[in-house]
Amino acid sequence: MTLRVKDLKVYYQTLRGDVHALDGVTFDLEDGEIMGLAGESGCGKSTLGKSLIRLDSRMRHVGGSIELDGKDVPIADDDAMVPLRYHEISLIPQYAMSALNPTRKIGRLVTELLRARGVRPGDIEDELKRRLELVGLSTDVLNRFPIELSGGMKQRVVMVISTLLNPSLLIADEVTSALDVSTQRSVAESLVEFRDREYVRSMVFVTHDISLVYQMADTIMVMYAGRIAEKAPVKTIIDAPRHPYTQMLISALPEVGSTSTEERLEGIPGKPPGLLNPPTGCRFKDRCPMAFDKCAEQPPLLEIEPGHWAACWKTGE
Amino acid sequence: MTVSETLLELDHVHKVYRTGAFGGGRKRAVRDVNLTVRAGEVVSLIGESGSGKSTIGKMVLGLTSVSEGQIRYEGTDVSTIKGFKARKEYYRHVQGVFQDPFSCFNPIFKADRVFEMVRQSYAPDTSQEEWREKVLSSLDTVRLDPGNVLNKYPHQLSGGQLQRMLIARALLLDIKVLVADEIISMLDASTRIDVLNLLVDLKERGLGILFVTHDLSLGNYVSDTSVILHKGAVAEMGPTQRVFENPLHPYSRHLLSCVPQLHQTWAEVDAELAANPPEDVTLPTVPEGEYTAPLLEAEAGHFVGIDQT
Repeated sequence: MTLRVKDLKVYYQTLRGDVHALDGVTFDLEDGEIMGLAGESGCGKSTLGKSLIRLDSRMRHVGGSIELDGKDVPIADDDAMVPLRYHEISLIPQYAMSALNPTRKIGRLVTELLRARGVRPGDIEDELKRRLELVGLSTDVLNRFPIELSGGMKQRVVMVISTLLNPSLLIADEVTSALDVSTQRSVAESLVEFRDREYVRSMVFVTHDISLVYQMADTIMVMYAGRIAEKAPVKTIIDAPRHPYTQMLISALPEVGSTSTEERLEGIPGKPPGLLNPPTGCRFKDRCPMAFDKCAEQPPLLEIEPGHWAACWKTGE
Repeated sequence: MTVSETLLELDHVHKVYRTGAFGGGRKRAVRDVNLTVRAGEVVSLIGESGSGKSTIGKMVLGLTSVSEGQIRYEGTDVSTIKGFKARKEYYRHVQGVFQDPFSCFNPIFKADRVFEMVRQSYAPDTSQEEWREKVLSSLDTVRLDPGNVLNKYPHQLSGGQLQRMLIARALLLDIKVLVADEIISMLDASTRIDVLNLLVDLKERGLGILFVTHDLSLGNYVSDTSVILHKGAVAEMGPTQRVFENPLHPYSRHLLSCVPQLHQTWAEVDAELAANPPEDVTLPTVPEGEYTAPLLEAEAGHFVGIDQT
């Protein structure tokens, strides 16, 4: 078991009160698992990704625990997190393209980063070059400035740098959203390759694109309004989702081959609740066609079949 | 199919940008593009970044000049429309909606101010009462509840709502052509489809829509005609169904094989392609130094363009 998150609560502090961005999130991530984390904007998926590595000044850890390889991850204690960052838990940021310092050549940037983390750059130079070649870049990029690289190249450089110390957990936050389809495919495939070669043990892949997750992930976790709606192996989520939100989300996706003349797809009416004063009970109940009296109570996240978790009163039937 | 009125015609359109510090370099962003948009038709311009798809949209909207060739709107060359009044008349019929709805609104004013601004500049004689009717009916068309969106600030509304308000704003004018430049990409999956369905509704009301997108599955869902652009030139053009079922240009095949699908993995797509390799098509060629991009009609209405790899 690599990662175990239990009842994690992280709130944003604002002048008008706390925003309950993560409100009791519980899940496990196996060794070698790539988990796609999907949901609408504002559902807390990026907050979850960030909470696993660093809370920024507005974020407050309210409750719950995170365990990585049997050890507690002290996310509320910023200093205690320092030894874990980059070594054990690493991140590819959402705007990887702008994560590179424009005034440094890539090589120097890597050297400085490694020194700051207490690693001798010389020890790792060969590995760095090998991995750059693996993702289809020449070692020549080390002598270039970020501006000289294309978007896809920058993304791959950041990917190699982030995983250089073989972290246990990699958080990839919307890493392919800004890329063209063909570059997107090669970046996604390289990420899977990194897992297969055990450069990273497990991965949380945050995205809003469910069809992309289907291509590369082992499991998908769908979040809604700060809570988990459903988590299951990829095939199950796509072919037999049990939570009404997942069902509606999947059926709202146009595919290559589906046209408006054959069949009109339907969106989900309404919008997600605000998280400043989240509603009680099931948070999807106002948009849910299956809602009934019991939804006034919060449904627990239950394992309805092995590896398939869902939080809905209707799935038990 | 009934032959309907041609609204917009692009005739050998080129766009050359000056590049480099002193504008010494030249970059041909759009190369020899021919296409037509008819009333009641959605034409998708599909391409990756740098393919020239947005530049075409901008040229149609008059936001950037045409370097060579002609864009004709109902037979009139758009570049000859000069002067404040004439241009305004053009914009009464041709409007655009863009990618980021959040940056289209001034955050310190209420969102419905955009409707009032249209009234001030295009219909100053209309009475408040009459105008209100018009706004309400236009909001009804985009399926927004007036109570939810009027009198609100932009930050109180969702991206999908703002985007639909911008479309409603365009509908207040007597538009015939709508340029929709990546209007879906900033929206969430659950509201995307509503905006797409709205485009289909507008099409059925007889609008011609130029739908610019990088997402092939979206293009597939709404459009009648698909145009795949590669490096500024048309790689493939034809009825959407034919283009997606039987892509002829190697670039379109590559692009389609990279699209993440919901029920087929990339490996399965590749295996299928390897098992039934598509027949090669002879692509048109261009002599060295010429910047034309001829199209070859492979089957009725389905064209392939030059190879630029």
